[in-house]
Amino acid sequence: MATQPNLAAAAPIKHTVPREQFEYTWPLPPRHRPDLPEYTAGSLSAYLATAPLDEVDIADPIYWENDCHWTYFKRLRDEAPIHFTHHNSNRHRGYWSVTRWADIMAVDTNHQVFSSDAHLGGITLFDMDQDFIMPMFIAMDQPKHDVQRKAVNPIVSGSNLAAFEELIRSRTQEVLDGLPRGEVFDWVDRVSIELTSRMLATLFDFPQEHRRKLTYWSDIATADPEVPGNLQKEERQAVLMGMLQEFMGLWNARVNDPEPKGDLISMLAHNPATRDMPPMEFMGNLVLLIVGGNDTTRNSISGGLKFLNDNPAEYAKLRANPELIESMVSEIIRYQTPLAHMRRTALEDTILGGQHIAKGDKIIMWYVSGNRDERAIENPDAFIIDRPRARQHMSFGFGIHRCVGNRLAELQLKILWEEIMKRFDNIEVVEAPERVPSAFVKGYKSLMVRIPA
Amino acid sequence: MAKITYVAHDGASTTVDVADGVSLMEGALQNGISGIDGDCGGNAACATCHVYVAEGWGDRTGSISELEEAMLDLADGRQANSRLACQIKASADLDGLVLNMPETQH
Repeated sequence: MATQPNLAAAAPIKHTVPREQFEYTWPLPPRHRPDLPEYTAGSLSAYLATAPLDEVDIADPIYWENDCHWTYFKRLRDEAPIHFTHHNSNRHRGYWSVTRWADIMAVDTNHQVFSSDAHLGGITLFDMDQDFIMPMFIAMDQPKHDVQRKAVNPIVSGSNLAAFEELIRSRTQEVLDGLPRGEVFDWVDRVSIELTSRMLATLFDFPQEHRRKLTYWSDIATADPEVPGNLQKEERQAVLMGMLQEFMGLWNARVNDPEPKGDLISMLAHNPATRDMPPMEFMGNLVLLIVGGNDTTRNSISGGLKFLNDNPAEYAKLRANPELIESMVSEIIRYQTPLAHMRRTALEDTILGGQHIAKGDKIIMWYVSGNRDERAIENPDAFIIDRPRARQHMSFGFGIHRCVGNRLAELQLKILWEEIMKRFDNIEVVEAPERVPSAFVKGYKSLMVRIPA
Repeated sequence: MAKITYVAHDGASTTVDVADGVSLMEGALQNGISGIDGDCGGNAACATCHVYVAEGWGDRTGSISELEEAMLDLADGRQANSRLACQIKASADLDGLVLNMPETQH
């Protein structure tokens, strides 16, 4: 008897497995990876150039560690701009990838349909740990999002930034003046982390001598427990509980001040929208502010130096005309895209780019792809420091969840490059950087450089 | 076409012609007027073309969409006459309009 085709089995599964029907296990089931003799940037790029789109799980950190996701996103933009990934869905429940500028804009500006709620999984491709949900305002919908965001917004308003400028400049000068000449050192540690951790300690009025704790917590908050060498899930949670405890001390010391001071903890402790937060929500907002103020700027500081080294003509342009720093800063942030994606959950059935999105589906807005979309940006793969309209990039996201600290980040980068150009004619990157293995935080673990003696 | 006057926070004033149908954010960018950033390209998605519409012009500058309202609500220095310039299109009706800019765009 002829075998009947099994239509049900053949139909592609194109919806996220509902949370209620999904068995969350730890450790996660093993990941299916391409069948290659070895995983190198070359072999993975070659694989992504021709692999069936449905057989790729671009959430796999191996692609990001090797910086070879670009080919795949170009193919998605051209061939399947709203694309569902079922591959490895026993790990991530399945997700839609949105890769064109205009479609990402449509999702990001439709917060009524596309939710950020932590309880639905939150804002990253992998759901928040179901036993460790940390509500934070970026992972909330209206109206609660708005009132909590407004509680911290004044610290990064224009007038407040003007007050920070002198402090940022003197610290930048101090850090740059302390750099060795004629010897190789790690730019990530000596400059990128050093400057961002000092800034963050100031924003929290956290003891400067312990500022590297902020870096540590930021790294732990975003670290993938599956990656060898990273903390295990329970260890990670314990470290974050320790962070909470330390910040509770600062909160308690400031909550009874007659007038709130200008730091983030005082602002949260005194604002009616945030002063009664449960502990996990305080922790969530801390993680948001620490990661938001730390990882992103750090990786743009590192990325900028790498891009100038990769593009000597642009570096020459900068030396000839330091006035270009302002547009260069935006171009660096576009080119780096320090957060590769943000995720949403559909609250109702809808149509996106001709695809049927079901209620509960997970939607990934790949900013890293939108920032290279030829339909929106001319010659997008080129790093051009005097690019016209350089500000029009999507690294800060769009809509109500757009980065609240964007102008502070730009100010830090602008001052850094002004001070670099006053001191150093050249900073050489001496070897390929070590990259963060993550589809969310797109960054560098180390970037070895030398300033000629 | 409309003559639009952009007044920076420090009082510096620039008047330019903006073609019909072109947004007042575009009008500023095309004429190199600083103080309007237009980061999202005109989608009411970032609030970096925040302006204050001069008294008496509110009826002619059109209505505020839900998204524009949400973005303005999160902007610094929101006032009753706040608008996103990208959501106002130039036309003969707006000839002579004066837009004041906030201290910074955020």
